[in-house]
Amino acid sequence: MNTVYSINGPVVKVKDTSDFSMLEMVYVGSKHLIGEVIGVNSEETTIQVYEVTTGMRPGEPVTGTGAPVSAALGPGIISNIFDGIERPLKKIEELSGAYVSKGSNVDSLDGEKKWQVTVKVSAGDKLSSGDIYAVCPETPIVEHRCMVPPSMSGEVIFAAPDGEYTINDVVCKIKSADGNIHELTLCQKWPIKQARPFNKRLPIDRPLITGQRVIDTILPIAKGGTAAVPGGFGTGKTMTQHQLAKWCDADIIVYIGCGERGNEMTQVLEEFSGLIDPKTNRPLTDRTVLIANTSNMPVAAREASIYTGITIAEYYRDMGYHIAIMADSTSRWAEALREISGRLEEMPAEEGFPAYLPSRLAEFYERAGYVESLNGKEGSVTIIGAVSPQGSDFSEPVTQNTKRFVRCFWALDKSLAYARHYPAINWNNSYSEYTDDLGEYYYKNVDKDFLLCRRRISSMLIEENKLMEIVKLIGADVLPDDQKLIIEAARVIRVGFLQQNAYHKDDTYVPLSKQFKMMQTILKLYDECRRAVDKSVPLSKVLSTGIFEKVIKMKYDIPNDKPELFRDLDVEIEQTVRKVVRKYESEAR
Amino acid sequence: MAVQYLGLKEINGPLIALDNVAGIAYDEVAEITLSDGSVRTGRVVQIDGSRAVLQVFEGTRGLSLKNTKTKFAGKPMEMALSEELLGRVLSGAGKPIDGLGDIYAEKYADINGRPLNPVSRSYPRNYINTGISSIDALTTLIRGQKLPIFSGSGLSHNKLAVQIVRQAKIAEDSGQEFAVVFAAMGVKNDVADYFRKSFEESGVLQKVVMFLNLSNDPIIERILTPKCALTAAEYLAFEKNMHILVILTDMTSYAEALREFSSSKGEIPGRKGYPGYLYSDLASIYERAGVIEGSEGSVTQIPILTMPNDDITHPIPDLTGYITEGQIVLDRRLDQNGVYPPVSVLPSLSRLMKDGIGEGYTRSDHSDCANQLFAAYAKVQDARSLASVIGEDELSPLDKSYLRFGRLFEKYFLSQGFDENRSIDETLDLGWALLSSLPRSALDRVDDKLLDIKYDPDKAAAFED
Repeated sequence: MNTVYSINGPVVKVKDTSDFSMLEMVYVGSKHLIGEVIGVNSEETTIQVYEVTTGMRPGEPVTGTGAPVSAALGPGIISNIFDGIERPLKKIEELSGAYVSKGSNVDSLDGEKKWQVTVKVSAGDKLSSGDIYAVCPETPIVEHRCMVPPSMSGEVIFAAPDGEYTINDVVCKIKSADGNIHELTLCQKWPIKQARPFNKRLPIDRPLITGQRVIDTILPIAKGGTAAVPGGFGTGKTMTQHQLAKWCDADIIVYIGCGERGNEMTQVLEEFSGLIDPKTNRPLTDRTVLIANTSNMPVAAREASIYTGITIAEYYRDMGYHIAIMADSTSRWAEALREISGRLEEMPAEEGFPAYLPSRLAEFYERAGYVESLNGKEGSVTIIGAVSPQGSDFSEPVTQNTKRFVRCFWALDKSLAYARHYPAINWNNSYSEYTDDLGEYYYKNVDKDFLLCRRRISSMLIEENKLMEIVKLIGADVLPDDQKLIIEAARVIRVGFLQQNAYHKDDTYVPLSKQFKMMQTILKLYDECRRAVDKSVPLSKVLSTGIFEKVIKMKYDIPNDKPELFRDLDVEIEQTVRKVVRKYESEAR
Repeated sequence: MAVQYLGLKEINGPLIALDNVAGIAYDEVAEITLSDGSVRTGRVVQIDGSRAVLQVFEGTRGLSLKNTKTKFAGKPMEMALSEELLGRVLSGAGKPIDGLGDIYAEKYADINGRPLNPVSRSYPRNYINTGISSIDALTTLIRGQKLPIFSGSGLSHNKLAVQIVRQAKIAEDSGQEFAVVFAAMGVKNDVADYFRKSFEESGVLQKVVMFLNLSNDPIIERILTPKCALTAAEYLAFEKNMHILVILTDMTSYAEALREFSSSKGEIPGRKGYPGYLYSDLASIYERAGVIEGSEGSVTQIPILTMPNDDITHPIPDLTGYITEGQIVLDRRLDQNGVYPPVSVLPSLSRLMKDGIGEGYTRSDHSDCANQLFAAYAKVQDARSLASVIGEDELSPLDKSYLRFGRLFEKYFLSQGFDENRSIDETLDLGWALLSSLPRSALDRVDDKLLDIKYDPDKAAAFED
């Protein structure tokens, strides 16, 4: 029997054994704490334990399971809340009360619950990897599709009739080419650190529509894309993630609270069950999976939580769904790597982080994508990872390395957050590489002028940025009127367009069509004023009509379902400005 | 009779190593008896086969390789708990030092606590009225929140903490008891005295449990102090249904003790020499605030830390800010201008505030007022930096009115007497009156309808510049 030799925090070593393989899941100690083998040599085997090792003694048994740490995949995942190694927290609460105790070995999925299963195959059918053999309604809006596990195929020799089954009941048996018979239940296991296979990657050309103007219009993200949201504390990372989780048009949201606050997870739980998704008329929890490994829960399980989340996402992707993963925060995950690495006394690279940090980050972000799965269905996994840079300094290793592997970078800015400008995404140092990929979608589905408007809005913001350098030195008064107009129009863009109120019933989610109309109206205002300024009408005369303020408030004044009101506003702009011009001209005469 | 181990193998800073020990557990407590009969306490921090490394809470002075007998207790560090703790003064390791005898324990609990299951938490919503305008209006403290004060050496954080303790009351009359757990880590003798005297004078001492680890006390004990304090707080809150406010001062000394301990253990350092697990360690303290579903008590934390060199990006405030639900930042410039409490409004934040204010909690116009104050004060900073370049005279009339608003805001809203206890109504009305000193069109965060009621330039004119 293998026994514990040394203990140092979550790292446990076993002497003189060759029984374990890398990444194998093991049970450690008399309380059967779950651990993972992270180092093997002829003298000792190193194990990281996913729970607190207080009270463990040398000599306690260590038993292998022969399999890597895996996630159980089957109906019952959606609407659930798990810890980092896919243990349902509600079950743990029933077992051990309000505090999580050690060695709570509970099954990931409820084995008692009966699902209304429709079996899709009959005896004699030929099935290959990824084919769907049974479906059941998991929540009112998610149909769970049971797929033949990868690397398994054969002929159906038994198909159960439709009816109620638990996840462990055999609903189908297949005989593979080598004569082996495989029993298929409603659930399967998959190692969390290995990406699930698919047929091929498809081009990325559809946006993930979030209803947030600064994202959809200025810095869009595609379905199957990757984005990083870096920001110091208090800049609204979590708030941004919550808004995206609430409103983005993915079918399923996997929300990973990785080393973050317990109260935030409680908030997601409470808020999401109260919010109704306008597209399906069901609570948001019906499409959400929560993985909560708060900052005070064991650090090794924090490392695993990211992998558990992405494995679940890939599984639903293979069924043909679009998944968005919110990982809050990947920096805590990197810190977990650092902490374990330190305990292993590995040679550190930058700031104590292990040298393999970039390759781990790359492995994670590369699991995103828009793919055709083994059964030919199209699905996508979009990853939106929050980054918490130390000291709000974007040059630190996690932010810098993340930047190499994501194509969308939404940099949150302290000074915007201090001025309570939310979402505090700084348009000057953020970028999205998806703009070109998505051009055609916007052209076809929103308006052919969408990209043109976007380009004009962006260039005005860039222009303003340049002018502000001058204003900071000598004040705005000395600028000529055409430059003042740029500054005023950019103010309308910043306050009226980019700033968005998450607590306002209309403004919290804005459809693309309204975003486009708002851009048009702002440009209309600019063009009219520009014409006035060209006729040397002082800009202050136009400003004093209050029309700029009126345009700024259009996000509140015009409800999402009344786009026709934009026409009225456009007319009002035209009349107001032209009236000023006429009055000025007659006075001048 | 438990086995006693004679002598030691190695002594290194606060750590001792023993060879040939059997059957001991990770995190277990040990009693170390010196040849002169004095007893020290230690804890197992690493086991390698038959070799164990222990940290000694009281320090290793006077220990030699030969003069000790070590006895293992067979259980992790525990603390005696009972309602009698209220009014007592304990050492950093949870032992009474006020000469009133031992605590008669109702139960013993592991001081490390256990992580609270997120599904068992209930989201904090009720606010605590501190009577301090800048906190109540702009960074509202919510029951079950952890809201640190980021301060600097020489700023009035201690005074502010005392004022909060004295004035804090629970908004609704729930008839529940309110008590304070106060943990001093590495504070100066005078500071500890100041707190004790202030609590005594305001008559709250009987409702306070004090844990004192002074700056010349051993660092290992300092590492235990917040854990002991929070164990007591959790007991009083969740088993005795009290609302507990925990004040931890000074977290910087705590983190420094952790660094000292880590380096003597020979661990690989992370940023600025702090151990790589500083985040997890701080989280294991701060995350012990909260409200449990179905329990009537709550644990609210106000950790105080002094930012080394007033640098908010230093690892201690930085990591703290990532864990806590906001922060109250004190500012040296305001302090020098005689503003008390010198709360720097813009970087201060309460994350839980949005759900704990408004109709039914404070007042329906609270969030509008707060948002507008923030936005206007942000503009004040812009106007000030512009004025420093081109001079105040050259500013536009709007920027000039921002400058005036800034002065009034600091003089009338932020500044407040040590004994001045403002109600939430007073605070918000004051906020609106100050906002009215700006042109109405500048108040772009507020609905027109609300402005019709609240905007009143006459009130603003009454303020003396």
